Amino acid sequence: MRVIIEQAKCCGAGQCVLAAPDIFDQREDDGIVILLQENPSEESRADVLQAIKVCPALAIRLEG
Amino acid sequence: MSEFAAASCPFSGMREYPIKRANPLDPAPELAELRADEPFAKVRLWTGQDAWLVTRYDDVRKLLTDPRVSADNTLPNFPGATPGMLAVRTKYPSFITMDVPEHTQFRRMLTGEFAVKKIEALKPRIQQVVDERIDAILAKGPPSDIVRDLTLALPITMICDLLGVPYEDQDFFHAKADLITDSRTPPDVSSKAIQELCDVYIAGLIEKKNQHPTDDLLSRLVVNQLRPGHLTPIQLIGIARLLLIAGHDTSAHTMSLGILALLENPEQKRALIDDPTLINSTVEEILRYVDVTHNGRRRIATADIEMGDHVIRKGEGIIAHNAAANRDSDVFPDADKFRIHRDARHHIAFGYGVHQCLGQPLARAELQIVIGTLFRRIPSLALAAPVSSLEFKETSFVYGVERIPVTWES
Repeated sequence: MRVIIEQAKCCGAGQCVLAAPDIFDQREDDGIVILLQENPSEESRADVLQAIKVCPALAIRLEG
Repeated sequence: MSEFAAASCPFSGMREYPIKRANPLDPAPELAELRADEPFAKVRLWTGQDAWLVTRYDDVRKLLTDPRVSADNTLPNFPGATPGMLAVRTKYPSFITMDVPEHTQFRRMLTGEFAVKKIEALKPRIQQVVDERIDAILAKGPPSDIVRDLTLALPITMICDLLGVPYEDQDFFHAKADLITDSRTPPDVSSKAIQELCDVYIAGLIEKKNQHPTDDLLSRLVVNQLRPGHLTPIQLIGIARLLLIAGHDTSAHTMSLGILALLENPEQKRALIDDPTLINSTVEEILRYVDVTHNGRRRIATADIEMGDHVIRKGEGIIAHNAAANRDSDVFPDADKFRIHRDARHHIAFGYGVHQCLGQPLARAELQIVIGTLFRRIPSLALAAPVSSLEFKETSFVYGVERIPVTWES
């Protein structure tokens, strides 16, 4: 499973950080998404899917 | 075809919008009929303009993320919300009415200030304000008005803290905000309120921050954005006005209506008191259930958009009704029931798309702390008057309740 983020699309709503705090964080200066784990373990799948579902900017994708 | 859809407005054949509620904690029942029978409905606004009213969850989310849908309220035929908001639209534009990429540039000046971890650090302060307020309520004894004594005070205190606005000015700007967001306010009164709030009050505040910057959001905007020329004074006033107004009314009324929903559903209230770990799902359910932005998100099509059997034409107004979408039973089973155990995290109370509420981490933190603390400290809290006797802010852009008289076993 590979997580792909598009920082250019991110609007800094912080929804992904709430859904999966081990996978996503926000840059300190402008709140834009940072990917902490590009290939998270299978146990995180539900949280990543939740993050994708609630991201208002459609900035997160999952491959695999 | 429902009875409502067939029978509405016999003269013009056009439904008038907004549609009045039947019950204070539920959206207008006609919205459920439209969601079932006519998910794209033409409505006539108070301005005489027509717009598409969209009520299904999937359609609302699609439109709010469609690049052919604009939030630019200066475009001709943009569906106006209130006279006050129409009056303000060209004078103090703010990023909520801009489109990508201009929107991104302005919003990013603020996103760091509302990042989840930044707000996390504010939680002790929120808890302190809530505790002080509840101490005072308990010391005075029953009855109390929860709106005046608790839910209005907390977000105003927090937004004053954050922006660096003096607390003693809260009555002034709260009164002006009320006038601007109420659809009954005549345009000349709205314009005067906006002028007093923006040209005089906020402009003065910014000038003070420019002379003596302090450790607050407005000062940081002055130093980091205004002085180097990334923002004009008018743009900064627009941002400050947005944060000041949007930052307190919406949170306050969501808290008030959420407390009311819990008091009206005693078995849900009991479940929360018995298991305080339910607070996060309770708050998400409150956000889904009591949508304060009850007149929907306003947009306009900048190209023809095909949605199933419908075509929204370029230049037509759109009301993407997030409150109706949050009651879509295809997405939230038994959606008209208030159920704190459900997973409602994908509600769109904060909107959807790049304009989704910037302050939502703060709103969530405030809601979790105020609701959790209130029912932990006063578990016997009960309404001291029937809901039917309470006054609701039906005509305001931000729905709410004027007061909630409560009592408890002291």
